[in-house]
Amino acid sequence: MKPRVAFFDFAGCEGCQLAVLNCEEVFLDLLEQVEIVEFREAMSETAHRIDIAFIEGSINREEDAQRLRDIRARSRILVALGACANMGNVQARANFTAPAEHFKRIYGSADRDRVQTDPRFWSLWAHTRVRAVHEIVAVDYRLRGCPMVAEEFLQLVKALISGAQPRQPANPVCVECRLHEFECAFDRGDTCLGQITWGGCAAVCIGQGYRCDGCRGLLPQANLAAHRQLLSERGLSDTDIRNRYRLFGSGEALGEEQRP
Amino acid sequence: MNGQTGTFTIDIHHVTRVEGHGSIRIDVRQGVVEEVKLCIVEANRFFESFVRGMAPEEIPWVVGRICGICCVGHQLAATKAVENALGLAVSPQTVLLRKMLNESQFLQSHILHVYFLAVPDFVGAPSVLPLIKTHPEVVKRALRLKKLANDYTAVLGGRTLHPMANTLRGWRRLPDLDELERIRQRLAAALPDLLETVAIVRTLRLPDFERETEFVSLTHPDEYALYDGAVRGSDSGQPVPVADYRQVTNEFTMPHSTTRWSRWHRESYAVGALARVNNNVDQLHPEARTVAETLGLRVPCFNPYMNNVAQVVEIVHCAHHSLSLLETVLDGGLVEEDIGFQPGPGRGVGAVEVPRGILFHEYAFDAQGRCCDANAVIPTSQNINNIERDMQALVPRMLPHLSRNELTLHLEMLLRAYDPCISCSVHMLEVDYVE
Repeated sequence: MKPRVAFFDFAGCEGCQLAVLNCEEVFLDLLEQVEIVEFREAMSETAHRIDIAFIEGSINREEDAQRLRDIRARSRILVALGACANMGNVQARANFTAPAEHFKRIYGSADRDRVQTDPRFWSLWAHTRVRAVHEIVAVDYRLRGCPMVAEEFLQLVKALISGAQPRQPANPVCVECRLHEFECAFDRGDTCLGQITWGGCAAVCIGQGYRCDGCRGLLPQANLAAHRQLLSERGLSDTDIRNRYRLFGSGEALGEEQRP
Repeated sequence: MNGQTGTFTIDIHHVTRVEGHGSIRIDVRQGVVEEVKLCIVEANRFFESFVRGMAPEEIPWVVGRICGICCVGHQLAATKAVENALGLAVSPQTVLLRKMLNESQFLQSHILHVYFLAVPDFVGAPSVLPLIKTHPEVVKRALRLKKLANDYTAVLGGRTLHPMANTLRGWRRLPDLDELERIRQRLAAALPDLLETVAIVRTLRLPDFERETEFVSLTHPDEYALYDGAVRGSDSGQPVPVADYRQVTNEFTMPHSTTRWSRWHRESYAVGALARVNNNVDQLHPEARTVAETLGLRVPCFNPYMNNVAQVVEIVHCAHHSLSLLETVLDGGLVEEDIGFQPGPGRGVGAVEVPRGILFHEYAFDAQGRCCDANAVIPTSQNINNIERDMQALVPRMLPHLSRNELTLHLEMLLRAYDPCISCSVHMLEVDYVE
């Protein structure tokens, strides 16, 4: 029987689901091998039993956490799809400011007060904290990056279909820069998070003349103290460094350990 | 079972095949429609708040994450706003490349919406997947066109989703001319596929429903406005400069709800493909005007379901217009430009047309060049007021004639026709009261 695959979205841009739809060349072949049973962005059906559930987006509210637990309960394998699901992504930066302050900045004081004092708003608007999927349920596999990398998605799906153990080597982005012979961002006079960030993205940002902002998350063996020192030597102030780490890595509290 | 006279509630929770999470709720008592509500249940991500503290070049890069499907549009609107805030000049080459980048996203987004999200309704399928068996040539054509549009974005921006080659003032790494030439050839070769798309859409029977409204879009004296222009409302002759966008959007809070809605000259207005075609039809490429005639789109057109048709018209326009832009770039070549700048204080607004309508971004920077204020007004949040009023007009008219399931389908189709992008709608503050 074909594996039953489902896609679920929480707080995010839905770009990772779009990246799945963007696998045009293999899309039809893929559909020969799996049965897609739930994919709200593209279809109307829903399912009760799932072999592989892909979770996109961060978990921001308790009702979302409940929905996620329900999905986990009916799924055999659960995959965190993209940076929002894996680490909270850019919106986890909101965790450093009180929700009431966000409401005031965006909607004004009157609406902030209404949301906080009228119980009818609480279930949807009680803003807990931006959380990654693994903070709430067990995650079997991770597809990192903002957006996720289509090749990694297809490799994982193929491995899961065939019962093979998926491989995701823990190399920094720098390994891929050297492989593709890209000029180092530091040599261009820029600063970069490539040394401390999970690779697998083909260092696409550096290849396009940009730097790595760490959207794939902190590598387990990364030497954060040395990296901080490097950025400091390149003239970044403590505030600059914290802001850089907080662009994509707020959910991992990157660089927060040395806060005064 | 036609004709509804009883008391009931239709609750379409988490409408499918739209971008983001929204629900529709209808309350009918003794055959009278008491309430039709469009509820936005998407979690708030507070972009306008958490971008504070960021450096100017980080803003477009991060706010592109508001929405995957409109990432290029958010990048461009934010880029223009930041450039205006800092007084940064932009070369004609950069404008040309940005117009192409924007049109590549129009092609990608409109093709996705027409084929994957809208067409299934009209052929009675729950998704595009069953069409693989019943209409394989349609699905293959859709995938072929979508791949071309995605590759077009990737050649320009470095990748399809959240491109990074483009930045403030210009390009970090210029697109490769050979790759642009291949895109030009593929686009020229795809024109027959576009005619087939027109032929399919011609066979679709759209619900016959009209409600007069105001159409708001950019307008430009020299071209069909997608990248630049002033803001035009169809109720008034005089366009408004983009910097005065708050005069247009007039975001307000309803006493009975806390959604921030928009209105300009009347109770609501619409943005998007249908609004643009209505406002600027004479500036469409001649081939696109022919397609509009073929598909029965005559302005003024007040049938919101015709937004699907207007998207097809714009697909044809963008294909032909992009071909001429590509020829200009290929003839003239591209030169490396200095894109450096000095960060500093300032405030600025930027607007572009994105597939779903006019998009405004505004940013302010402090003396250290760090972002200290941000605002974005999203097409879908401007449309929500208009969509709900369409539904309020549609339901009583259709109630005597349609079964509950048919009515549900018509409402979902109406919502999808606007191609709403709810992830984008960071300004929503409405509660779903459904227990």
